[in-house]
Amino acid sequence: MSTTRTPHLTARTFLVHGLLAGLLGGVLAFAAASVVGEPPIDRAIALEESGGAAADADHSHEEGAHSHEESGGHSHGDDDAAISRGEQAGPGLATATIVVGLVAGGVVGIASAFAVGRLGGLGPVGSTAVVVLLAYLAYTVVPWLKYPPNPPAVGSADTIGERTALYFSFVAVSLLAVVAAVLLARALLSRGPWVAVVAGALFYLVVVGVAGLVLAPIDEVPDSFPATTLYAFRIGSLATSTALWAGVALALTGLTARTWRAHQADVERRAAAAAL
Amino acid sequence: MSQLNPTADTPAVPVVSIPVRELAPWALFVALLALVALYFVGAEQGATSLISGTAVHEWVHDGRHLLGFPCH
Ligand SMILES: [Zn+2]
Repeated sequence: MSTTRTPHLTARTFLVHGLLAGLLGGVLAFAAASVVGEPPIDRAIALEESGGAAADADHSHEEGAHSHEESGGHSHGDDDAAISRGEQAGPGLATATIVVGLVAGGVVGIASAFAVGRLGGLGPVGSTAVVVLLAYLAYTVVPWLKYPPNPPAVGSADTIGERTALYFSFVAVSLLAVVAAVLLARALLSRGPWVAVVAGALFYLVVVGVAGLVLAPIDEVPDSFPATTLYAFRIGSLATSTALWAGVALALTGLTARTWRAHQADVERRAAAAAL
Repeated sequence: MSQLNPTADTPAVPVVSIPVRELAPWALFVALLALVALYFVGAEQGATSLISGTAVHEWVHDGRHLLGFPCH
């Protein structure tokens, strides 16, 4: 009976639930981005277009647009041919948050399917919650600290390749490190849960700490860029991703709780039938 | 037999894990799709470009900034 499988705890269930949770996360992220993310973006674009306060960034931006057109040149005003600010802030933004929500939900859905029954004494709901929390820390919070996101009018088009490579490298290191930390903690479980958790956490912090020191910093905020707009944008960005993961966490743990109850009921029904 | 009677105190149902060989193909496929999707939201027509023009970049532009990707 201890290894009874039911149609409830399967890869399919976790992926479907992850995608549903991701959809909710994407919608919540869109709402948060609209309320707290768009105002600082609008202020930054106004600065960019006035050219005044952010003259340095604007200058290099123009250069980039001329020297390698396909890689950096773009403008953000309504004057840009195809896509208006309204489309960027509405359906365009929603596309981005929902796609990233589905990615986040799908990945943590499958990761939770791996975690269930493999994280010490945790039940399915606890395992799922741990997976989502670690994904939020490793994908969003830690990269946000190392490479805080920048609004329009900050950053040079000439360095977009380098900045993209650095950002994705750091995210990859952080994600690999958190998976390795969980495997390490699992291996140390026989020494007690606290030893395992502390060792895993220290391992993760050392790896991302070293990566954070080794990978070059990005320092392109023009001196004249208003600190309050930068701060509001970065908080808005963190709020957007936090809303995304909160939606994923709520829906995925809720659906997993339902799955787990259905599994238990099935197992007990079979046991009762066998006992007759 | 009587131990399994659910009307007596209900035995805790043990947590079963899903076998790795069952999960692996799902994990691989989801990971590949995730990389493609993140590439289009986070990097296409920025650092590198598969599709000419700037339409993809402009469409996801605000999301790219707010979701933490480097943009411009
Ligand atoms: Zn941009």
